[in-house]
Amino acid sequence: MIRYIIRRLIVSVLLLIVVSAVTFGVFFLIPKLRGADPAQLYAGKISDPDAVKSIGIKLGFNRPIWEQYGLFMKGLVVGRDYNNGPDVNHCPAPCFGYSFKTDQEVWPLLLDRLPVTMSLAVGAAVFWLIGGTFAGIISALRRRSLTDRTVMVVALAGVSLPVYFTGLIAQLVFVHQLHWLPGGTYVPLFQDPGGWAGKLLPAWITLALLYAATYARLTRATMLETLGEDYIRTARAKGLKERVVISKHAMRAVFTPIVTIFGLDLGSVLGGAILTESVFSLPGLGKLSIDAVFQQDLPIVLGCTLFAAFFIVIANFLVDLLYAVIDPRVRLS
Amino acid sequence: MSTDLITTADAYQGGSTPGVPQPFLDVRDLRISFQTDDGLVKAVDGLTFGLERGKTLGIVGESGSGKSVTSLGILGLHRGIGRTSVAGEVWLDGENLVSAAADYVRQLRGKKMSMIFQDPLTAMHPYFTIGAQIIEGYRIHHQVSKAVARDRAVEMLDRVGIPQARKRLDDYPHQFSGGMRQRAMIAMALVNNPELLIADEPTTALDVTVQAQILDLIRDLQVEFGSAVIIITHDLGVVAELADDILVMYGGKSVEYGTAEEIFRRPEHPYAWGLLGSMPRLDQEVRERLIPIKGTPPSLIHLPSGCAFHPRCPQMGRDGIPCKTEIPTLAEGDRHGVACHIPPADRRRIFAEEIAPNL
Repeated sequence: MIRYIIRRLIVSVLLLIVVSAVTFGVFFLIPKLRGADPAQLYAGKISDPDAVKSIGIKLGFNRPIWEQYGLFMKGLVVGRDYNNGPDVNHCPAPCFGYSFKTDQEVWPLLLDRLPVTMSLAVGAAVFWLIGGTFAGIISALRRRSLTDRTVMVVALAGVSLPVYFTGLIAQLVFVHQLHWLPGGTYVPLFQDPGGWAGKLLPAWITLALLYAATYARLTRATMLETLGEDYIRTARAKGLKERVVISKHAMRAVFTPIVTIFGLDLGSVLGGAILTESVFSLPGLGKLSIDAVFQQDLPIVLGCTLFAAFFIVIANFLVDLLYAVIDPRVRLS
Repeated sequence: MSTDLITTADAYQGGSTPGVPQPFLDVRDLRISFQTDDGLVKAVDGLTFGLERGKTLGIVGESGSGKSVTSLGILGLHRGIGRTSVAGEVWLDGENLVSAAADYVRQLRGKKMSMIFQDPLTAMHPYFTIGAQIIEGYRIHHQVSKAVARDRAVEMLDRVGIPQARKRLDDYPHQFSGGMRQRAMIAMALVNNPELLIADEPTTALDVTVQAQILDLIRDLQVEFGSAVIIITHDLGVVAELADDILVMYGGKSVEYGTAEEIFRRPEHPYAWGLLGSMPRLDQEVRERLIPIKGTPPSLIHLPSGCAFHPRCPQMGRDGIPCKTEIPTLAEGDRHGVACHIPPADRRRIFAEEIAPNL
């Protein structure tokens, strides 16, 4: 078991390094190949070639790409000094650099946006996990019934409808028509729990609907498959009540694939839900990254991407561990 | 054959005749069918048999002959299959299970009647330990603490010959070998001392040496508990070893039913001849080849007209015999019933002159 964990851990770290290299390459090499100068992006309206050149030197854009990558990685691990003429800016680890537009350090910016995305992701995850799984079970147990068909149609709508449509409808209905929920801007959980939940609820539902649909379908399919298994027949042959057969024996098997995709989905949403955050103007990581993309603020885009990759890799790692706990057959191999 | 050998098939006339006590298990005209997208599957079509405590019935037939569905029907497990309908009567110890409330039958399941399934790798839950699965089976029917049930599970594993039972209790099914798994499955089925035990192909997935051990085990346990046992198999060797009575199924119907002695010595149905002919025998000279039954088992949706076996029957085509048009019924003889249109005297003659010398 320990060896398994260590092996997975090493793989995860290697994966992150590869992701960072590729991302770095994409964001800094591609503008260069296109003939654009990252220093010019930083300089903005300053057009004096000498000024742009000195910016390039300061940020290290004149060096070869691998050296830049080395500096970047060093910054991530131990921090980095930017030589700014007479004075030196120290950027503490993990250093993702400074925003081209606002000169803010990227890392505190990410940390600042994280709670919003976390609030959105965790809340929505609770909804989609419970809602989706439950709908799937009901659907499977009443196969071919009206309930089953209704759930599956809603699920189909859920995966098909874009977030910017369902999101706006949810806003319109819950906030503006029914006045059940307060509109307005995001408030932190510890400042005003009620306001936090009220503001986030339509966003949770919108995001949850997208994922719940997948979960409902997966749960339904797995449940139907499991109910045909010999060990379910064995459970019935023991004289177990049907309720126990479903909730204990069948659910135990259905649980496994659900946990797997749940981990991965949660990991990817934690990296930022761009559409949902944009529609509900939630100042999370998704909003940060999409704004940065439009402003060509490369350090922030890079930071957001790596941060998101970090969550996905961590989620993968945790899912692998959890899998070993859930499925006894994994442990030996 | 001694004249004092009285078995269930001798005494049983297929109905409750006044004065004749009803056997422990009394199945009458059992019909099980399910609706599929392709049509109505008549898996079991008018099956009648009886079984006393302490006796063993072998149900023999090819795959798709309805033997497994019969066992599921007795246990009431067809209810989980879907659009299934069951007609007829299944009397267990004086109670008709077909008309009984589902929850009542559930309470009997695993306790009064239990089942050993064919493939213990798929029949045991992969995510629960062997011990947990046996303990669960015991605690459904006994209000005891986990510790008591655990001791009982150890006792059962011991009984079926699993070494270091207390330690192996916490293993998962995939950590057991095939034979061990089948033993554990048997321990699970016997944990509540069932009065009726149904074993569905209990040795099919096992290698030959283990097969013999498992059959011995079932027989020992039967003697110990005095249970009635139904062995479902396509392997005549298995029934030869264990069964008092044999019921040969074909196309959802019983085509021959009698004592094991009769069926092995004087089988009368051409299908039973076919089964015997395709069975390897070690106690005789090596034959040139086994004689397979030609063709494949019929679809239970579109059974052949008349006698379902007629397209494969080597005896087909005799004058004046309505094989293709009339369904033969299981005529009850003094010893055994045969569902075949060929007159009994002819059947015995054909067997004695043409079939037996080649077996």
